[in-house]
Amino acid sequence: MFLKFSPRAMFYGAGGGNDIQWCFSQVKGAVDDDVAEADIISTVEFNHSGELLATGDKGGRVVIFQQEQENKIQSHSRGEYNVYSTFQSHEPEFDYLKSLEIEEKINKIRWLPQKNAAQFLLSTNDKTIKLWKISERDKRPEGYNLKEEDGRFRDPTTVTTLRVPVFRPMDLMVEASPRRIFANAHTYHINSISINSDYETYLSADDLRINLWHLEITDRSFNIVDIKPANMEELTEVITAAEFHPNSCNTFVYSSSKGTIRLCDMRASALCDRHSKLFEEPEDPSNRSFFSEIISSISDVKFSHSGRYMMTRDYLSVKIWDLNMENRPVETYQVHEYLRSKLCSLYENDCIFDKFECCWNGSDSVVMTGSYNNFFRMFDRNTKRDITLEASRENNKPRTVLKPRKVCASGKRKKDEISVDSLDFNKKILHTAWHPKENIIAVATTNNLYIFQDKVN
Amino acid sequence: MSQKQEEENPAEETGEEKQDTQEKEGILPERAEEAKLKAKYPSLGQKPGGSDFLMKRLQKGVRGTISYPLTLEPKGMGPVEQKYFDSGDYNMAKAKMKNKQLPSAGPDKNLVTGDHIPTPQDLPQRKSSLVTSKLAG
Repeated sequence: MFLKFSPRAMFYGAGGGNDIQWCFSQVKGAVDDDVAEADIISTVEFNHSGELLATGDKGGRVVIFQQEQENKIQSHSRGEYNVYSTFQSHEPEFDYLKSLEIEEKINKIRWLPQKNAAQFLLSTNDKTIKLWKISERDKRPEGYNLKEEDGRFRDPTTVTTLRVPVFRPMDLMVEASPRRIFANAHTYHINSISINSDYETYLSADDLRINLWHLEITDRSFNIVDIKPANMEELTEVITAAEFHPNSCNTFVYSSSKGTIRLCDMRASALCDRHSKLFEEPEDPSNRSFFSEIISSISDVKFSHSGRYMMTRDYLSVKIWDLNMENRPVETYQVHEYLRSKLCSLYENDCIFDKFECCWNGSDSVVMTGSYNNFFRMFDRNTKRDITLEASRENNKPRTVLKPRKVCASGKRKKDEISVDSLDFNKKILHTAWHPKENIIAVATTNNLYIFQDKVN
Repeated sequence: MSQKQEEENPAEETGEEKQDTQEKEGILPERAEEAKLKAKYPSLGQKPGGSDFLMKRLQKGVRGTISYPLTLEPKGMGPVEQKYFDSGDYNMAKAKMKNKQLPSAGPDKNLVTGDHIPTPQDLPQRKSSLVTSKLAG
């Protein structure tokens, strides 16, 4: 409505999601079908400027891509993303006390805003959060008096003149070093981390508890939410995701396996077990089925950049909530409603428990989420139009416009449509990310990372 | 849910049925699916959201004490992690897996339990793949 006339909308093009023509830009990763488990991508995140794109995988590795400076000659294409740094963030561990493996899989990566020349990010597995510093080195000192260039020491008695060492340029080296390790604060599996807008603290959430940390302090954290019942037999729901408000440093939300979102204010009390707001859509009890609770479980919650709205993803839909209205979402988008009549098989093959993420574009006008068969969906909040696209190597010529896909739920399948029964449920897009300022998106299939851009004329 | 929210502009078809019909039949597909599931697994617990179900989710890797029939694996945890009896059991299992993956493996340094007294140097560092991610390749 009014957004169409805002300066931002004009920058992106009045329509947003559907007036944009998405083009293939790049694909990263191996071509072969035989996917090693370590290569399964588990998280994707742009940094605050969009210049860097980080991925985490099941093998505990982080790969960071950097956007190339825009080519002044070829000003019609944006910079490509190339490998900037890669490192092993987490190692597999063994909990001797419980006789359980601790997976090295990176569950989430979150970037800190840049304060100096170095970049910082938080990465977490099930139990431990680490703060990584990524810094560039492009100069090195030369001309020591007591050391040769190769490092060997010179005999001081052979020194006859003195010189002043100088810094000379060298080939760029990008180094990643762990600066803080935040361990031993979670009994259950960490599902979320979120950096506060104060840039000093962050939260980490597991199935039953949420902890508040200070980035400088690793030996202590405050527990701010604890939903563990005194008697575990009374357990009815778990925490599925949590996020700090983008502007209010005292506010955060957490979602549950029962489809509710609680907004908490840390000024109200030290332990935020009592929510300030409870967002829940009332359900018609006569509609309830065995699957109702499972498919209502929220797999991701994301605030809009403006902070006015939040988006939740459950199994079949994406919902936009106005923080001022708790009793129902303001918008609901069906991601793959045709799966409602397949819930039995999806339960049997465990797909019903897949945790899809969702994301906003920079202007909060379009939202995106993944689906099966390497399809992903975008919903334009202004035009109410949606589009289904596919991440596939078949369209891998740069600047090839992606063709919209259609799924035929039942009845006669039109040409170019794909029927529900032909969908490949092993090809799931769980993780997607949208550049904070431009129409560049990163879409992760099982083991490949696709980068798409809008067509620049 | 109100009708208004369900309506999407049908201009961009995704193959879904007209929203109105879908809305009315929305109850039926889910119930039909539930009936299918109950037919296959008659002793399935009534509510999947109960504490048993969630407990399984919290304790990834625990088997046993299941209220589900044997044909249905504990749900909601994703890949079930195996629970090991102790660290020796764990190291043995990892060694076996490593043997399968690396055909060129030499004398098995991983089997430190049982044959000789292990020293800190002997204990296998359970390193994940030392290979660089293929995304960076």
